[in-house]
Amino acid sequence: MAALRSTSSRLLAAASRPAAGPTMFARTMASVSSATTEANPKGSADTRMKSFQIYRWNPDTPTEKPRMQTYTLDLNKTGPMVLDALVRIKNELDPTLTFRRSCREGICGSCAMNINGTNTLACLCRIPTDTTKEMKIYPLPHTYVVKDLVPDLTYFYKQYKSIKPYLQRDTPAPDGREYRQSKADRKKLDGLYECILCACCSTSCPSYWWNAEEYLGPAILLQSYRWLADSRDEKKAERQAALDNSMSLYRCHTILNCTRTCPKGLNPGLAIAEIKKSMAF
Amino acid sequence: MNSSRVGVRALRQAASKPNTFFSHNIPRLALANLQTRGAATTPTLKPEDAQAILAEQRKRRPVSPHLSAYDYGQTWFGSSIWTRITGSIFSGSLYLFSAAYVIAPLTGWHLESASLAEAAAAAPYALKSGVKFLLAWPFAFHLFNGTRHLVWDFAVGFNRTIIKQGSWVIWTSSLVTALGLAFLV
Repeated sequence: MAALRSTSSRLLAAASRPAAGPTMFARTMASVSSATTEANPKGSADTRMKSFQIYRWNPDTPTEKPRMQTYTLDLNKTGPMVLDALVRIKNELDPTLTFRRSCREGICGSCAMNINGTNTLACLCRIPTDTTKEMKIYPLPHTYVVKDLVPDLTYFYKQYKSIKPYLQRDTPAPDGREYRQSKADRKKLDGLYECILCACCSTSCPSYWWNAEEYLGPAILLQSYRWLADSRDEKKAERQAALDNSMSLYRCHTILNCTRTCPKGLNPGLAIAEIKKSMAF
Repeated sequence: MNSSRVGVRALRQAASKPNTFFSHNIPRLALANLQTRGAATTPTLKPEDAQAILAEQRKRRPVSPHLSAYDYGQTWFGSSIWTRITGSIFSGSLYLFSAAYVIAPLTGWHLESASLAEAAAAAPYALKSGVKFLLAWPFAFHLFNGTRHLVWDFAVGFNRTIIKQGSWVIWTSSLVTALGLAFLV
């Protein structure tokens, strides 16, 4: 189905697209209402034009400074979420716009970006219906930009690896089959295991901006606490010892941008506070 | 691109399946050309060349906007940074005043309590209250927000709404307290 659609649109595009510059070519989508832009000029009741300012930077022309490019879409023909708008811009206005996306339902964490000042997942963020205000979309703050809205998260994943995010224990299971835990112990992992590592919280943290090399950041510390809090894990002391220095954990100054921004509604600030508490008492 | 791949795959599957209508070899020979077509149109990169391009890109990547792009209400007025700023104001002025007090006998300044009180009493009401406010607000803010940070250290009060309301409470109560200290006391 997708293949068929892309074939036809490519044929259309090849016929109608001029050599230079992005252009709009007519393509109906399943959600498009019958009212067309041709019949109704801009600003009438049936069109709601909204501008999106999007951060652009191309690695092929590295001497050019990053810039903001404005795209205008009719909200009546666009899905409700920011990701819908981005996909539509890429499909119909400018195929060079680059961003990560996969699941479009907030479980993969690919489309994390800074939208109107806060980090969130584009697929979970509704487009504000106020058309007088422009939307601003940046890549995750204080990250190295690979292209446009794609940040380089290599170091973030390395930090994740450094906390040994897996069950560590030496004693075999009593019944020889599986490591069991009580319902109460399992409940302690609620609000921790749901983290999808989208890096929204870590890149919202000013402390992580200035100390990303050494400070682990909220996402990784939440993951760290997920293993510290697991009743089946037997390396709690080692895990705590790894955090017991001035940088890894204690660069957290309880700014709480992490908790405010988490698109999954989790609470990295609380997880970090719990780690600090368990190390202090 | 997708569609061409799909077509290739269909052909390939047709070729790999035992087929009563074709002998096995002829379609496979035909496909040998189809499969190499992609490689011929895009230049192939050796892994070390690809690595070199990546290294070159990494050197030039810009850092995405942070303080300028992030919600000002959180980074600038989220109250955490103001605890540090107000703390710095007080420790800074303590150092300044102490240093001035030490060198006062040499320079002939009068910084004793009695003369300071006299100067304050002689100053006009607006100036006196203004200076008092400039000292009272950092004090009130640092006290209230410092208390909140102490409570946070017990892993209490991390609910999102409590965080937001708490920030409002800290800002308004510190301003009200400072106004009271400056103009009423």
